[in-house]
Amino acid sequence: MTLPRQPHQRGLLTAAATLLLLLAQPSAHAQDAALARNLAATCANCHGTQGHARGDMKVLAGLSAERIVAAVSDYRNGTLPSTIMQQIAKGYTDEQVRMIAGYFAAQPPKQ
Amino acid sequence: MGSYTASSLKRRDLAGLGLAWGALSLAGCAAAPSGPSIGRVVVVGGGYGGASAARYLRLWGGNVDVTLVERNPDFVSCPMSNLVIGGHRQMAEITMGYGGLKAVGVKVVQGEVAAVDAAGRKVRLLGGAELSYDRLVVSPGIDFMFEQVVGLEAAVASGAVTHAWKAGPQTLALRRQLEAMPEGGVFAMSIPKAPYRCPPGPYERACMVASYFKASKPKAKVLVLDANPEIQSKKALFERAFKQHYDGMVEYRTNAELKEVSGRLARFEFEDVRADVLNVIPPQRAGELARGMGLVTVNNRWAGVNWLTMESGAAPGVHVLGDATFAAPLMPKSGHLANQHAKVAAAAIIQLLRGEDVNSAPMMMNTCYSFVTANEAMHVSSVHRYDPTEKTFKTVPGSGGVSVAASQLEGRYALGWAENIWADTLAL
Repeated sequence: MTLPRQPHQRGLLTAAATLLLLLAQPSAHAQDAALARNLAATCANCHGTQGHARGDMKVLAGLSAERIVAAVSDYRNGTLPSTIMQQIAKGYTDEQVRMIAGYFAAQPPKQ
Repeated sequence: MGSYTASSLKRRDLAGLGLAWGALSLAGCAAAPSGPSIGRVVVVGGGYGGASAARYLRLWGGNVDVTLVERNPDFVSCPMSNLVIGGHRQMAEITMGYGGLKAVGVKVVQGEVAAVDAAGRKVRLLGGAELSYDRLVVSPGIDFMFEQVVGLEAAVASGAVTHAWKAGPQTLALRRQLEAMPEGGVFAMSIPKAPYRCPPGPYERACMVASYFKASKPKAKVLVLDANPEIQSKKALFERAFKQHYDGMVEYRTNAELKEVSGRLARFEFEDVRADVLNVIPPQRAGELARGMGLVTVNNRWAGVNWLTMESGAAPGVHVLGDATFAAPLMPKSGHLANQHAKVAAAAIIQLLRGEDVNSAPMMMNTCYSFVTANEAMHVSSVHRYDPTEKTFKTVPGSGGVSVAASQLEGRYALGWAENIWADTLAL
């Protein structure tokens, strides 16, 4: 997960005006959270809604972000053999994988 | 966009509709959204696209009012329906209800759209009920271009010929015909020119029918007559499957475009084929609802969309999903992608209702598994990212691909895929 971006500051704005601006727009953090959520939802068809996979498929909810990032990296370079994950892992940037991993790590392990 | 009324539909599209209205209750489901509603969304069509949209609008929007209008009482999955045709699964295993969606607060209405008033943002159903919306999602799937094959509509209507390209009674009808076919009979299948729903589906079907014959009618033949110049998906893998498992049983012919059907006689440009069981996958276009609403903007067949929001190019406030859309480059018409279209649309609709900017960098991915025997499958996969310059989705270079070989492991993954996408789509 990336750190939330700092709100854009301009010298002439008072703290109160900055606050009003923040209230009028979704925060950078909320935008990142929605983006991570959207990206992770592309995995749900096999890995379950919010990572709660069923049957033989790998549950991602509650795994550590580091573990997910490492696995995707290993799939990508072939260290970890796979039928399909190597092909899919190559479709996402490192930044996207970090966001997806952060999202799944934050999901409770069981619904 | 002008208004759309049922009178613009052909008579056959209206036959047998609106019978469930006696039992209809718009009050439907209770689960009240928390906090004031940020908007009303009506979703028409409860297949992979529409059901996923309804589910994700509730999951992500929380306080979005969502009504799903679907003509059928249950969801019947096209993916895995070839296993039913091959006798390896039962209809009940690919049929699911909409109870999961109701439990997450979607109002599910079994009914049929009679008219859409785009200016007034209202949908009128057969029977007279009206649904107001802030945003409308239509996921109408495909309908058939029967006019392109002389006699086909009558042959399907009479039951002599099946299409089985919308899962349901047609799936079962084809299975029954195969069971009743004499030993040593001929099953012929016609494949239309691309684009059509589910590019690998016809070749999987050939394998599934052959797997049944191999076990039960070993002298029978499978004749595949493809209007295309080659196999449209996983070509080398299907060629291998035909040879490895069904050598001498499956015969595959290219550039065979069906012109006419008379009973179980199929007339192609260069030959006539008489089959014991004739399965014709008709040429396809966006579902009749999209046509009637004026959403069909490409080649008189498909609905063009803004890929950031899935909003129709022809109708502001109307989002189109799934097989009905004019596909982005290398994006197949699949249930998996309809589910992914729905997630892009749901996220965008929630942002639009809140007055926020929509996500400028959406992603989608696709996986299609095909069975070649009762328990061995293979896949094709692709990852798609939005290209802001070309304003469409494009595949990510270096990503995606096909199986090295069909395997039992991928057969298990295929079943796992089905279980998970069904749960994801229907909130099971």
